[in-house]
Amino acid sequence: MDIKITTPLSKEELIKLHSGDYVYISGTIYSARDAAHKRMYETMEKGEKLPFDIKDNVIYYLGPTPAREGQVIGSAGPTTASRMDKYTPRLLDSGLSGMIGKGKRSKEVIDAIVRNKCVYFAAVGGAGALLSKCIKKSEVIAYDDLGTEAIRKMEVEDFPVIVVIDSKGNNLYETAVEQFLAKEVEK
Amino acid sequence: MRSLHTDEIIKNVREMCIEANLQLAPDMTEAIHNGLENETGNLARQILGQLEQNMQIAKEDKIPICQDTGMAVFFVNVGQDLHIEGMSLTDAINEGVRQGYTDGYLRKSVVKDPLLRENTKDNTPAIIHYDIVPGDKLEILIAPKGFGSENMSKLYMLKPADGEEGVKNAILQAVSEAGPNACPPLVVGVGIGGDFELCAKLAKKALTRNVNESSKLPHIKEIEDEVLDKINHLGIGPGGLGGRTTALAVNIETYATHIAGLPVAVNMCCHVNRHVKRTL
Ligand code: SF4
Repeated sequence: MDIKITTPLSKEELIKLHSGDYVYISGTIYSARDAAHKRMYETMEKGEKLPFDIKDNVIYYLGPTPAREGQVIGSAGPTTASRMDKYTPRLLDSGLSGMIGKGKRSKEVIDAIVRNKCVYFAAVGGAGALLSKCIKKSEVIAYDDLGTEAIRKMEVEDFPVIVVIDSKGNNLYETAVEQFLAKEVEK
Repeated sequence: MRSLHTDEIIKNVREMCIEANLQLAPDMTEAIHNGLENETGNLARQILGQLEQNMQIAKEDKIPICQDTGMAVFFVNVGQDLHIEGMSLTDAINEGVRQGYTDGYLRKSVVKDPLLRENTKDNTPAIIHYDIVPGDKLEILIAPKGFGSENMSKLYMLKPADGEEGVKNAILQAVSEAGPNACPPLVVGVGIGGDFELCAKLAKKALTRNVNESSKLPHIKEIEDEVLDKINHLGIGPGGLGGRTTALAVNIETYATHIAGLPVAVNMCCHVNRHVKRTL
């Protein structure tokens, strides 16, 4: 099913999303990948304030290429989510609503998704030029010294993603492959 | 003796970095298109369709196909009768990378120290594999390598008794474990033989072979075909969301090995399998 949603995402909206839904996201999302996650985690450990309010917000695991003149951003596809697994449960327990990435998540992350009724979305890996067209504004708001790994506040319009892990813990990476195999056997 | 100035090398490397990141070779685009034709599932078709659209946009708007424009990996064949003038060849290649990644708006994805992790901000140093060959030409092949797929690569030190079955199982295991992480549809580069490090290098080299081309060794070609078929029955599919197109090719390179060993390396590559070759 195709669904349109706008950030920030409340728990009521999140529980309506199901593994396998094709979703178009509009609104503000934030980019953060490896180095930014490490720093955010350390900031939280010290009891200090994060550079943006993560409550009900969505983080996109992204490190874009530089924008050419006249472009909002360069190539902007998802990076592998599992490298953020170490830091993710803590962010979800602190109010983060959703994540956009690609690839498998750990059991700890899936437990935290269910515990907090959150959603893990996947964007198509290796489609960075296409995805960049849905990003209408982009501004570095923190950790500028990290270059491509800085935190960006981005306005997106109909950014295409697929719900992989929903708030009940259903995991499309497992079910889609099982369903495909079952269908092929039938044939 | 023929002379080649490093200015010429820098200029070419610069252009090759940019070219490789904006456009795939025809064998790759064709393989992705064939995958699309062969898929029946809606989501799988939609994802492969997006990949085709993405390549179109990349070419037209000069936006890299993928944001991970990789570490710049080179295979360089240096003719033994060639004289290189100017700076050192390695410095020249790195200078070309510096210029290409900066002027081409490519991502700087290299950290200087693996533990201290400070970005070098110009994507250098490159990884360069040299070979000395007959002749007076310089053959440069660049293969920018993304790390989503690189991280899913594996090296197995099998026993000779594991034989052909052991090799096939090792490749299948690596692909199963990679699942959605390596951005399928994949190109699977495999090295068999040599020693620990040569085996891995063979696997990387295998990725640069045309995906329509099979090994010239009949017993190896058989393994390539059989394993590709098995991989495409795993169900992983485009984006790891189910489908027939899990891999576009399995390319195997081999080398002699020791009586006690059977090393197998699996270098995983995504559908953004980039390589450009020039002879100077
Ligand atoms: S694995 Fe390939 S397609 Fe995926 S993000 Fe890395 S370079 Fe891009």
